[in-house]
Amino acid sequence: MATDLRSARRAQNWGRLFIYGSLAAMAAFYLMPLWVMIVTSLKSLDEIYSGSFIGLPKAVTFDAWAKAWGTACIGTKCEGLKPYFVNSLVMVIPAVILSSGIGAINGYVLTKWRFKGSNIVFGMLLFGCFLPFQAVILPMAQVLGRLGLSGTIPGLVLVHTVYGIAFTTLFFRNYFITIPDELTKAAQIDGAGFFRIFFSIMLPAALPIIVVSCIWQFTQIWNDFLFGVSFTAGDSTPVTVALNNIVNVTMGRKQYNVDMASAMIAAIPTLVVYVVAGRYFVRGLTAGAVKG
Amino acid sequence: MATLEIDRVKKSYGQMDVLKEVSISVGDGDFLVLLGPSGCGKSTLLNMIAGLEDITSGQIRISGDVVNDLSPKDRDIAMVFQSYALYPTMTVRQNIEFGMKIRGVPPEARAKATKAAADMLQMGHLLDRKPSQLSGGQRQRVAMGRAIVREPKLFLFDEPLSNLDAKLRVDMRTEIKRLHQRLGTTIVYVTHDQIEAMTLATRIAVMKDGVVQHFGPPQEVYDRPANTYVARFVGSPAMNIIPASLQVGADGLAEAVVSLPSGEARIAGIPLSAAALKSHAGQKVLLGIRPEHFSLTSGPGLSVHIDVVEPTGPDTLAVFAMGGTEVIARLEPFAAAAGDRLTLAVKQEKVVVFDASSETRLD
Repeated sequence: MATDLRSARRAQNWGRLFIYGSLAAMAAFYLMPLWVMIVTSLKSLDEIYSGSFIGLPKAVTFDAWAKAWGTACIGTKCEGLKPYFVNSLVMVIPAVILSSGIGAINGYVLTKWRFKGSNIVFGMLLFGCFLPFQAVILPMAQVLGRLGLSGTIPGLVLVHTVYGIAFTTLFFRNYFITIPDELTKAAQIDGAGFFRIFFSIMLPAALPIIVVSCIWQFTQIWNDFLFGVSFTAGDSTPVTVALNNIVNVTMGRKQYNVDMASAMIAAIPTLVVYVVAGRYFVRGLTAGAVKG
Repeated sequence: MATLEIDRVKKSYGQMDVLKEVSISVGDGDFLVLLGPSGCGKSTLLNMIAGLEDITSGQIRISGDVVNDLSPKDRDIAMVFQSYALYPTMTVRQNIEFGMKIRGVPPEARAKATKAAADMLQMGHLLDRKPSQLSGGQRQRVAMGRAIVREPKLFLFDEPLSNLDAKLRVDMRTEIKRLHQRLGTTIVYVTHDQIEAMTLATRIAVMKDGVVQHFGPPQEVYDRPANTYVARFVGSPAMNIIPASLQVGADGLAEAVVSLPSGEARIAGIPLSAAALKSHAGQKVLLGIRPEHFSLTSGPGLSVHIDVVEPTGPDTLAVFAMGGTEVIARLEPFAAAAGDRLTLAVKQEKVVVFDASSETRLD
């Protein structure tokens, strides 16, 4: 009896070891590129060309980071990623706020103030989620041209807002549908109007899905390359396009350390957003399933 | 403090009539219960009184004023919902004060009203909690508190006890009755539970398929239901509906002949107007007899063969065949056992007669 138990426990331990071992191996494999990026960005160019990619730097130097941020040349200008990073911020903040805000109101109307044909409207909005980027580029360019927003950051904000509404509406609609309609009725009897109900009752209750919508939109818009490269040029390009220009357009030796540092700089905001709010993201995505 | 008149109110969704010309009117301080199965239109009617749904035609008047086109907040009403409908992100205090805040009641007055309501409902200790931290009964108390501070002309309750467990339901029922006695405000209350209707109401409107079947005081609805539908819906166990034929008895009063397995039997002295008796004599009718109006007798009566007995504690329900249907009598405990042959008397003055084809009551 006792030996049975012991051997069972030993088998279990081996099983555990196998599971954790393979998980660790896969994690390491997955993290390898990040590792290479970090160590490469901390090496001098000479060291990179003389040694291996994977090893630790002999002398840690932040020169590449400084150069990527402030002095790397993009086209004829040598100001680093900084102005383009600012461009991306100026683009992403209003676009996230606008698309999430409009999505929230859409979701609220589609669930609590249903009208004839509201389901059809919702269905058509959903279509936007499945529309490939390439399909909208040409018509979008024409619209931006007519509006006089071609090649500008406000134009890009408009594009991302419009494109994001399909997703944010879906998020908020599916969240608000779990909130009982009686809540709206009670508020109406209390004397609250359309916007009062929205701001005082629905939005505070929707915090998890607001976080989801903002994270989703932030990463989508920040990481977008296609719209950025299609609708902006020169000084108004977002950081993703600038990164491409740094990496792909070099004179002389390829500056791997600067490339890596630039890529990391461009990726930092989305990483920060996930680390800070990732918990809420998962909670928000599953919020509909566990109703209090 | 208000009267409520529902005057030929109709509600249609496209071709479908959900309510067909409903007319109900109650006086100041009445407790009106709209009773019926799901889908009978009772909740729709309540929502129309509240202003949450449009009225297709007809009028609703509160204290004589037509409210058809007033928005819910201008009707001076308060409503309690089945799902409580508490604002989830607000504390109990904020929930109660929300309406007052919108109406611009100053903070001191708000606090005073909230305290008074909390005292009345014994929930002062709950004021700073969130709804998610409350039990079902406490949530319903808060919902009632939110309604009370409004000091409305009319309270509307939409199946407020349906989400509670059996024990709590009885407690809260008493609480609502006490509230009505204390405040004296006119109440409209929707339920599908006939016990709730009987215990709470001063007026019951039994509804089916968008039509009011019977509108009257509870005892009248119970004793003299307008038709067999009402007779079967109110009371547990329901009123027995027994096919019989009507005759003029030796004393000139109505007399019913029912078939029993042992032969025919007569129930004499049934209260019925001369006109109804004249027009229906010799015809088939339906008798409505409540289970408690049967009793054991040693004298002459109905000789029945007991099929099943169901002891409930205070009574024994005895099931037997009469007039070709199953009939239930409410007898004393141990008064009957399965297989017994018993003689039962009927309180003939309580017997109700229905027309056999229209199934409406004959007077």
